[in-house]
Amino acid sequence: MSDRIGFLLNGAPVSLPAGTSPTMTLLDWLRGPAGLTGTKEGCAEGDCGACTVVLEAADGGRAPINACLAMLGQMHGRAIRTVEGLRGEEGGPHPVQRRLAEADATQCGFCTPGIVMAAWAQAREGGDPHEALAGNLCRCTGYRPILDALAAMQDDRAPPPVLPVAGTACFTAEGQVFHHPASLAELLRLRAAHPAALLLAGGTDLGLLASEHRQRPAAVIALDAVPELQACTGDAAGLSIGAALPYGRLLPWLDGGLAPFAALLRRLGSRQIRSLGTLGGNLGTASPIGDALPVLLALGAGLRIASARGERACAVEEFLTGYRRTTLAPDEVILAIRLPRPAAGEILVCEKLSKRHDQDIAAVSGAFLLRVEAGRVAAARLAFGGMGPMAARARAAEAALTGAPLARPAFEAAAAALAQDVAPLSDWRGSAAYRLAAAQGLLRRLHWRIARPDLPLEVHAL
Amino acid sequence: MTAHPAPPQAAARGMGAALRQDSALKHATGEARFLDDLPEPPGLLHAALALSPVAHGRLAPLDPAPALALPGIVAVLRPGDIPGRNDIASAGSNEPLLAEGMVEHAGQPLAIVVGMTRDAALAGAAALRPEIAPLPAILSLEEAIAREAWVMPPQEIRRGDAAAALAAAPHRLAGEFRAGGQEHFYLEGQIALALPGEDGEMTIHSSTQHPTEVQHIAARVLGCPFSRVTAVTRRMGGGFGGKESNASWVAAAAALAARHTGRPVKLRLSRKADMAATGKRHPFLYRWQAGFDGTGRILALDATLAADAGHSLDLTAGVVFRAITHALGCCDVPDVALRALACRTNTVSHTAFRGFGGPQGALLIEDVVHRVAGALGQPPEAVRARNFAGGENGAETPYGQALEGALIRRVWAEAQRDADWSARRREIAAFNAAHPTLRRGLGSMVLAFGISFGQMHMNQAGALVHVYTDGSIRLNHGGTEMGQGLFIKVAQVVASVFGVDVDRIALSATSTAEVPNTSPTAASTGSDLNGWAAHAAASAIRGRMAAVAAAEWGVPAEEIAFAEGQVTAGGNRAMEFGELARLAYMQRVSLSATGFYRTPDIHWDRAAMRGEPFFYFSYGAAAVEVAVDLLTGEHRCLAAHLVQDCGRSLNPAVDLGQVEGAFVQGLGWLTCEELWWDAEGRLRTLGPSTYKIPGSRDVPPVLRVRLLEGAPARSETIFRSKAVGEPPLLLATAVWNALKDAIGTDRLDAPATPERVLMAIRGG
Ligand SMILES: Cc1cc2nc3c(=O)[nH]c(=O)nc-3n(C[C@H](O)[C@H](O)[C@H](O)COP(=O)(O)OP(=O)(O)OC[C@H]3O[C@@H](n4cnc5c(N)ncnc54)[C@H](O)[C@@H]3O)c2cc1C
Ligand code: FES
Ligand code: FES
Repeated sequence: MSDRIGFLLNGAPVSLPAGTSPTMTLLDWLRGPAGLTGTKEGCAEGDCGACTVVLEAADGGRAPINACLAMLGQMHGRAIRTVEGLRGEEGGPHPVQRRLAEADATQCGFCTPGIVMAAWAQAREGGDPHEALAGNLCRCTGYRPILDALAAMQDDRAPPPVLPVAGTACFTAEGQVFHHPASLAELLRLRAAHPAALLLAGGTDLGLLASEHRQRPAAVIALDAVPELQACTGDAAGLSIGAALPYGRLLPWLDGGLAPFAALLRRLGSRQIRSLGTLGGNLGTASPIGDALPVLLALGAGLRIASARGERACAVEEFLTGYRRTTLAPDEVILAIRLPRPAAGEILVCEKLSKRHDQDIAAVSGAFLLRVEAGRVAAARLAFGGMGPMAARARAAEAALTGAPLARPAFEAAAAALAQDVAPLSDWRGSAAYRLAAAQGLLRRLHWRIARPDLPLEVHAL
Repeated sequence: MTAHPAPPQAAARGMGAALRQDSALKHATGEARFLDDLPEPPGLLHAALALSPVAHGRLAPLDPAPALALPGIVAVLRPGDIPGRNDIASAGSNEPLLAEGMVEHAGQPLAIVVGMTRDAALAGAAALRPEIAPLPAILSLEEAIAREAWVMPPQEIRRGDAAAALAAAPHRLAGEFRAGGQEHFYLEGQIALALPGEDGEMTIHSSTQHPTEVQHIAARVLGCPFSRVTAVTRRMGGGFGGKESNASWVAAAAALAARHTGRPVKLRLSRKADMAATGKRHPFLYRWQAGFDGTGRILALDATLAADAGHSLDLTAGVVFRAITHALGCCDVPDVALRALACRTNTVSHTAFRGFGGPQGALLIEDVVHRVAGALGQPPEAVRARNFAGGENGAETPYGQALEGALIRRVWAEAQRDADWSARRREIAAFNAAHPTLRRGLGSMVLAFGISFGQMHMNQAGALVHVYTDGSIRLNHGGTEMGQGLFIKVAQVVASVFGVDVDRIALSATSTAEVPNTSPTAASTGSDLNGWAAHAAASAIRGRMAAVAAAEWGVPAEEIAFAEGQVTAGGNRAMEFGELARLAYMQRVSLSATGFYRTPDIHWDRAAMRGEPFFYFSYGAAAVEVAVDLLTGEHRCLAAHLVQDCGRSLNPAVDLGQVEGAFVQGLGWLTCEELWWDAEGRLRTLGPSTYKIPGSRDVPPVLRVRLLEGAPARSETIFRSKAVGEPPLLLATAVWNALKDAIGTDRLDAPATPERVLMAIRGG
């Protein structure tokens, strides 16, 4: 069993000295002991992207992450590339670096190393350039030159790394222990033995403890090396999703009737957040504004929960019990999420309202599953987030829709009934009055989505 | 009247070239060093601040014991530990570095904790338990106005008789609205590194727009002469006005800790502490009454612009000055009374932010135009054009400086043409008629922005140029680089004077030891002031070198030309620039010179509130299109056509970047960046997770920016260029106007978040 944190840094193996705090953030380590100051700190909360580095996968994939949120222990067995590790022929600047400089895509330059890394990943991964940049703020340029540079970039065809095999490991430092189990049995044993330890999946919630709040958790159990928690399987009825599978790797599975869920998840955080963040973490946090939760409720998703005592099944609806409260026992771990596909004749709609379209927490979110038969709403499951202490179904609104003719009055009635279902708060993301009005607006928009599928119905569809 | 040097030849090499920001490639490779990237000196200690959790209250002397009990704590510094004065005010004298006896806002620094590591210092600061007996706090502009709580006396600009003209006007309207503040969100937070030296010397590396003020305030706090303190700035990771006065107290805190411990100390604020403890753009509340006729001509305007100054003066005098001098925008109103109130609230002291009150001022006339247009059933563009200064209307602002009516009309005509305005109007009307839930809207903006510091004495600059005997050149000036491309622009000026390639100019960190008594790099004046100062220094050396060459060749000095790295006379004499430098040295001719510049022709009478405070005006226009979802309030800017007057651009690449960046920053201020204070006066949007600046998707997919062509500045600006740092931020006002157009509302407060838009749609 390994007791040293080891990873590839810019292609070269690194083994950290014994006693290195396993919860030190990768960013602090890079800028401090490693002397690599190209990677910047702009916020220490995962939102600005100045700290972006890239995890290189064995299959050639490139996953940008926020070095400020990643703990060193979590990096065990990974291959990390930083801005210093990007070089072109003969050691000069890499073409990605050159292109950004030549496009006048840098003014003060503080965001630039992070943008270089996001761009380097994008050059291989492709996709919507705004999605690639959602996790990188630039306060100077107005982004236009960055987008231009991005559009002109090509993959450098650099070969994938050969990753070290990471078996079960355990890292200790003064007052700290960080378990890195590589099997489910080992995980459940550790969980039973250390019910107070933090269960760390992607760390995009828990990482804030180390990063922003400068804490040194005493005990951590990391989930990322347990194969069962990383697996995903699917059939016609639905998917079984390992609880610790990062969103980035889940997305390709969400096709067909689940495509609206994929589109929503593309707005959860940023690529950096989705490279590490997981559904298990969204459930574990059980925040009323967790993006995935209304969707899991609307689809009637179930959980497989395990402990050394055995395994149990639990509907997500029963799992969530209050503000950041769940039925998870101290010795339990979420194993997998069973996600049914919408059946034929069922329509899934996923909504998220926030001040900014990308990389923002929802003020209101909604997920709606409707079964339409012969011009009537045969069944409706409506779930909202941000409208109370936890994500929950809106039963009165569901009742108003169910059985009604598929026309505007039914949705107006549902919107009116919604007021009985919810008890939103006022805070910086929105007042209670706005939240209710906007949630009602989502139900009205649902009508138009069904009535006028030919029309663009969102400002971002124009 | 001041004499100033003749403008150099326009065709000079290096000028007007679209050269890249000097550090662009180093930014991209990660080699460019920001302050926190410098190798740490041996013995370095770290500081952290304890901040007040309470907005207003009586503070008992702070007990340092809880911090001192923790490992790695070296010192806890309280007001009594300040050897000089506990005063960091950049103007007036009422702002302590560390609260003493009284707490005036949540987030106010109470103590500096010094630790062996940054984490130790942060833990120490968190362990302190300040005892504060709360007092009633003023947390809104309304309350401040009601209680006449000001940080300075109200200012008023009047012309004619607004009351009489209002009474006589065929139509009258009244309005009220508000605009929120704005966090700078420079990507690099506030930071300073103080290094104590011999004989009480202190060298401070600071991320500041104003090294001289860092020097002054650190010296005031340390109680030492200015000459003992050197402030150095190589580059900032963004400033936007937020590192004009706020950087100074951060640096003074680091210097105090370094003096106390005798060791180097770094103070880097966490993002949260930075957002809690540093000032922002001033929020404003507007109340106005206007009189107008049936053609849309605005005849009279009586308005109050109330700025939330926060708890102290800081730079508020300049901000409200710019707000009322810009409150009519590019319009003329014959009879006006404009009052600016600088309200004192128990909030962090608001400060400079790109535009410095100008963007807030300009919203006033835009709101009036919008309402008048609504009342008359005319498009706002027609009403604005009916009131453009110049032409049939008066050209003079109410404070007595003329606007250029022809340029105003020209930028607007070009923006309208670029946007194909009438065709867009028709298309949008058709779309809106057909769509059940989405509405599109068009909006415009025409700006006139006065360039110069409002404080007359600040309109000066110095530079220092050395030519070495190998022909290489080192340039230093009082301006600071924060990404705006100042260093490359000034280097281009110097390169053109010497007729050499810009690569030959070595740029160096701004330092109070090299060029003293400088002004902040602000008010868009960076290239004008420092460009001229560097020009003066370089010209002095060139003059001496020309004399050497003239003597060597026996020709008159006027015949000596400097171009393409060569010095020539007539057709047959030529020498390398470096060869001439060597020759000058051998003849014991000085190859080093300082240069100095002060802006000519500006004046202001404070008592009368009249004068010509601006060297010139910069103009611009925007035409934008937005879409709004009537069901949710979500909205998006779809297209923006911008025309900006930069005079004869010194560097089109840099200027284009400034226009785009400023527009997007203005878009953020007016649409998504919301500062949210709770009922106790604590700012709760203390990081990018809750405070949302624009992301790449928020930039309109169609963004066409044009620098106005063939419009050299009339004033004797450097190479007939015009400043571009701030003015284009006002162009984003077009987005606010377009949102109102789309939803057909009278009032829309800024920032127009989806919530405000939805509530306006629903008439709430
Ligand atoms: C910048 C930023 C943006 C964000 N944006 C969004 C957003 O738009 N929408 C959104 O919903 N969230 C957002 N988040 C929150 C976060 O990314 C998500 O909640 C994510 O799903 C958490 O997953 P994780 O694996 O990183 O969780 P972790 O931080 O690893 O864990 C979170 C919690 O879940 C528990 N847990 C994790 N896995 C399991 C398991 N298998 N069994 C039992 N308990 C478990 C952990 O013990 C912990 O209590 C954002 C976070 C950041 C930093
Ligand atoms: S430092 Fe801002 S995302 Fe990591
Ligand atoms: S260049 Fe300054 S933040 Fe991007």
